[in-house]
Amino acid sequence: MTDSKYFTTTKKGEIFELKAELNSDKKEKKKEAVKKVIASMTVGKDVSALFPDVVNCMQTDNLELKKLVYLYLMNYAKSQPDMAIMAVNTFVKDCEDLNPLIRALAVRTMGCIRVDKITEYLCEPLRKCLKDEDPYVRKTAAVCVAKLHDINAQLVEDQGFLDTLKDLISDSNPMVVANAVAALSEIAESHPNSNLLDLNPQTINKLLTALNECTEWGQIFILDCLASYLPRDDRESQSICERVTPRLSHANSAVVLSAVKVLMKFMEMLPKDLDYYGTLLKKLAPPLVTLLSAEPELQYVALRNINLIVQKRPEILKHEMKVFFVKYNDPIYVKLEKLDIMIRLASQANIAQVLAELKEYATEVDVDFVRKAVRAIGRCAIKVEQSAERCVSTLLDLIQTKVNYVVQEAIVVIKDIFRKYPNKYESVIATLCENLDSLDEPEARAAMIWIVGEYAERIDNADELLESFLEGFHDESTQVQLQLLTAIVKLFLKKPTETQELVQQVLSLATQDSDNPDLRDRGYIYWRLLSTDPVAAKEVVLAEKPLISEETDLIEPTLLEELICHIGTLASVYHKPPSAFVEGSRGVQHKRLPPRAGSGESTESPDVGQSGPSEAPPAVIPSQGDLLGDLLNLDLAPPTATVPSVQPSMQMGAMDLLGGGLDSLLGGDIGGSPSVTAMPASLGSAPAVGGGLGDLFDLGGGVGMPTGSYVAPKTVWLLAMKAKGLEISGTFARRGGIIQMDLSLTNKAMSVMTDFAIQFNRNSFGLAPAGPLQVLTPLSPNQTIDVSLPLSTSGPVMKMEPLNNLQVAVKNNIDVFYFSCQYPLSLLFVEDGKMDRQVFLATWKDIPNDNEAQFQIKDIHLNSDVASNKLQGSNIFTIAKRTVEGQDMLYQSVKLTNGIWVLAEMRIQTEPFLLSDLKCTEPRIVYANLLHSQ
Amino acid sequence: AWSMSASAVFVLDLKGKVLICRNYKGDVDMSEIDHFFTLLVQQEEEGLLCPVMSHGNVHFLWIKHSNLYLVATTNKNSNASLVYAFLYKLVEVFTEYFKELEEESIQDNFVVVYELLDELMDFGFPQTTDSKILQEYITQQGNKLEVAKTKVPTTVTNAVSWRSEGIRYKKNEVFIDVIESINVLVNANGSVMSSDIVGSIKLKTMLSGMPELRLGLNDRMLFALTGRDKGKAVTMEDVKFHQCVRLSRFESDRTISFIPPDGESELMSYRINTHVKPLIWIESVIEKFSHSRVEIMVKAKGQFKKQSVANNVEIRVPVPSDADSPKFKTSTGHAKYVPEKNLVVWSIKSFPGGKEFLMRAHFGLPSVENHEMEGRPPITVKFEIPYFTVSGIQVRYMKIIEKSGYQALPWVRYITQSGGERRFA
Repeated sequence: MTDSKYFTTTKKGEIFELKAELNSDKKEKKKEAVKKVIASMTVGKDVSALFPDVVNCMQTDNLELKKLVYLYLMNYAKSQPDMAIMAVNTFVKDCEDLNPLIRALAVRTMGCIRVDKITEYLCEPLRKCLKDEDPYVRKTAAVCVAKLHDINAQLVEDQGFLDTLKDLISDSNPMVVANAVAALSEIAESHPNSNLLDLNPQTINKLLTALNECTEWGQIFILDCLASYLPRDDRESQSICERVTPRLSHANSAVVLSAVKVLMKFMEMLPKDLDYYGTLLKKLAPPLVTLLSAEPELQYVALRNINLIVQKRPEILKHEMKVFFVKYNDPIYVKLEKLDIMIRLASQANIAQVLAELKEYATEVDVDFVRKAVRAIGRCAIKVEQSAERCVSTLLDLIQTKVNYVVQEAIVVIKDIFRKYPNKYESVIATLCENLDSLDEPEARAAMIWIVGEYAERIDNADELLESFLEGFHDESTQVQLQLLTAIVKLFLKKPTETQELVQQVLSLATQDSDNPDLRDRGYIYWRLLSTDPVAAKEVVLAEKPLISEETDLIEPTLLEELICHIGTLASVYHKPPSAFVEGSRGVQHKRLPPRAGSGESTESPDVGQSGPSEAPPAVIPSQGDLLGDLLNLDLAPPTATVPSVQPSMQMGAMDLLGGGLDSLLGGDIGGSPSVTAMPASLGSAPAVGGGLGDLFDLGGGVGMPTGSYVAPKTVWLLAMKAKGLEISGTFARRGGIIQMDLSLTNKAMSVMTDFAIQFNRNSFGLAPAGPLQVLTPLSPNQTIDVSLPLSTSGPVMKMEPLNNLQVAVKNNIDVFYFSCQYPLSLLFVEDGKMDRQVFLATWKDIPNDNEAQFQIKDIHLNSDVASNKLQGSNIFTIAKRTVEGQDMLYQSVKLTNGIWVLAEMRIQTEPFLLSDLKCTEPRIVYANLLHSQ
Repeated sequence: AWSMSASAVFVLDLKGKVLICRNYKGDVDMSEIDHFFTLLVQQEEEGLLCPVMSHGNVHFLWIKHSNLYLVATTNKNSNASLVYAFLYKLVEVFTEYFKELEEESIQDNFVVVYELLDELMDFGFPQTTDSKILQEYITQQGNKLEVAKTKVPTTVTNAVSWRSEGIRYKKNEVFIDVIESINVLVNANGSVMSSDIVGSIKLKTMLSGMPELRLGLNDRMLFALTGRDKGKAVTMEDVKFHQCVRLSRFESDRTISFIPPDGESELMSYRINTHVKPLIWIESVIEKFSHSRVEIMVKAKGQFKKQSVANNVEIRVPVPSDADSPKFKTSTGHAKYVPEKNLVVWSIKSFPGGKEFLMRAHFGLPSVENHEMEGRPPITVKFEIPYFTVSGIQVRYMKIIEKSGYQALPWVRYITQSGGERRFA
């Protein structure tokens, strides 16, 4: 019998039935029920409602059942933080079980329950497990320290777990050592400047010993950790290399790559004349080649890294060209990488073979591969001068195939060949010109135009050719337009008599008919040059061009060094700096190769940060700071003495409150828990914006009187003159949980109005009329009728600007009229918005600072009780109150009709101010609008 | 930031539906996986498939196995090679547990799959992944907590993490298979572009206790070290060993010493970089008469010793996709048209060395030409030659020492296989 039976659903009352089964007395039934719950969880059903029932099954002596319950806990604890505490006891007990499997299971799972409240209970069991007699438990506990650190770093430090973890590096069991190393490395990554790993020759020695004994994965942890160590001198460097090289014979490709990383890095410190240096170089090639027999994805990682290694130390693989020949069944990503490496390895010695291969590839069917092969031929020509002629003739052969994309690629690379070897291969221009009509890609068109312009004096009909491009000038891409402009100017400078008209035409197209500033600017520059000083123009435009360099796609040296230190990682696969993978403000450690040996630099100082030629930042790339400085100093008026201080944070807040965040607010959340919002508002310095809340306070008359929801006076929404005599004014109210739109319709026309109806456009909170507009009797001239229209919040939702905007259409027998109005957000505050105290406290802490907004409301003379009372009338509930230094603090919650919570902290300053600190998470918008609303 | 590997691992079906998943670190939203399939489809359409894809700051590292995608997510600078190696290890472990790894086996065994996912990786760090050892404490039938069964096998954390203690056999034997694959790439004009030999030594160990084994090969480096120079020696360009082999020992004196895993395992693989000619030489003439027919003539010649015989020879010849009404003539064996692969497969049960055979094929072509560009796949040859290795590698001895002092017999077999391709003119 397979587990698939657990996936069959009973549909109706499923949760109910499961609940009953979970609470069954029969063990077997219980277990079956838990399996069904897990099956439901697996197919994505929400079974969080069963939390207490499943947790009740936790205390069992059945290991399989226990594992399932633990699995359930890992998935749902976060959504049920309060109830997760129920599980703590069992965890603590299980951590002391006689069975090491259960102890380990408990400590492993506890760390995966990312509920802050639980973590403190974790400490004692974890401390015991770190010292457990069974290595299986210790190795699991070591990882748990990293888990706990991720949840609460301070706690881990305070509890001294980091020291215990460091001690585990000396553990007698290799797997414990490996996991301790992994955990420490991971933790160290979030403390870039801590000396957490504290690697010294003694610990290195321990690691190297464990390296021989631990699992393949443990070997990777240790090798990756070693890679971050900086040996004191070349002797230490060599001795580490000697102990790492055996790993190159490991069957696991990832072990091999991690070993390659260590060797590539430490090699840097070895003197090049050392015999061992040569030995090491020779040892690296065979394992790198063997990686090409691994699974395709691993081959891909290997190839991306070989690409780096070949740039850093071309000597390692210079004799291995053939292994990079493409096999027919290689996946495309492998083919493209192999091609790239072939070009890097191309030399005079092997160019004949390479070209034969490339020509073969250029006749394949995969377009991207073929293109790259053609381009590769051009790169060979530029790289190996002796082969240039052969490459050009190969390219001409390919052009004869007339395969469109082959021809276009060929022309692009031939342009580069011209740039590299001027006045050598121009005889092929005629052939190129024959293919002019088939070029439809901008890059190829631009290349061809460049060739025509550059060699205009040798092409009899250059003017005709360029003129033919000019017809569709505005449809061309910018690249082509710029090239065409330059080419025609060149042509004019070379053959001024016949081409005056043409050049005027292109200059006017570029300067007058184009709205592309680059094109216009270049056009004007040429124009002025030509009109003021034709001689200078000639010198500028027809100046001798610098030769293009051999390899244009080499990785910048400092980046290359950094990537070599990260061989095997995603950074080395993407060829992007490791810092590109860092989120937020966590610092990054830039890894650099150790200072070169024998380069005159002292290798005594282990501090690469200060020494070594590689340290100096490349002069050509100014640091960002410099650039900014330059920009700011650039021909601007002297900087204004003072930046106008943005005083009330409110105004800024309100601005970005309105933008963004809304989509996440309105979308999603189906079936999930409601998203929670908090905001502190501070009533005071910004009375204008504080309006909404202010209004709430102003109302209600006598102190301490129970008050209802605040209703603003009606305002005119639709002017009679704009609505053929119908005037509408209105306001919104919330009465007994029902939202109402109070309207006054006035007939200012001469004739009777009938057949009223109303409709809303989609809006932010889904407001919609809950019934028809009840105007039962005809509306006579000069008559006014008051109507209350009940609204529902189940209409279609669309974000409005501003958020509380409502577009309304009212129809009568005369016409349809449109207007928009804004409703106070307090309209949407529901009656059951009083959050549980505990939940409030937990949630309050979790709200990120970004999601807070503060407001001040001035000139309100109320004490906290009165304010609280008044606000409660509008469904703003006070959850707690405390007094700090004589100021009352109110903690309040609000729930919106769409399930969003807003939490607020209100500080009431001693007379005459009332300061309210509203805190709001993600949907900051809400409170802002509350305050904006009239 | 640096990190060991995956934040979470997912198993998806071919439509991108998540069958099962495990969140290891909680730093990547689990719903990010929804973008995986969209990206995949998009890349497939563009013909630029890549084993690593990203969406925002989330990276997907994936492999495909039968009708499943195995995907790891991360938002850190993870060790990519470790992640792929781990995903392949997952496939290996699941396959050993369920025989076949496919959609059904995941669903049928979801409880064990969860248990394994929990045991194989912790917080993104791969842990015990040896399926033989795992099977000792993660069993298919839910285990009752009787004290005897619930110990952690000491093997898990031992330095010898691949073999349990207390294994017993009545008859102690080791079977050694030396299997060599020849990879030759022959150009259209018949010149060998690249060639290498990839060998593999596989063990089937049926030995009691904790035996110490030493394997002796005619390794040129070893001979040079020991000053021995009689007999033919082989230069191995690169060698890769199973976890069990003491690598530093090999590094220092080329001794292959180990405590073997029980049952079947690959002890080592090696690569030899010599110029080898194809063992079965293929020549072909293909004449295409547009709109009417295509005629194919293939000649195969056994370029190995007369005493040897190649078995189960399969010569795969690609044909145009619009070819029809095949006719064949062979001097030996039989030819079959496999239209779904656009291939003619010429099978020869036994092919003696030095012999030459011929196959002619005739296909009709439709009068309306197929305008789609077709690739030109090479002709491939598959065969097996027993009792023979191209490299001449030999197992000189296998010493087996166990403290109980039993006598054990090693058995050795040699097989040569091919994995070559011949390009068309």
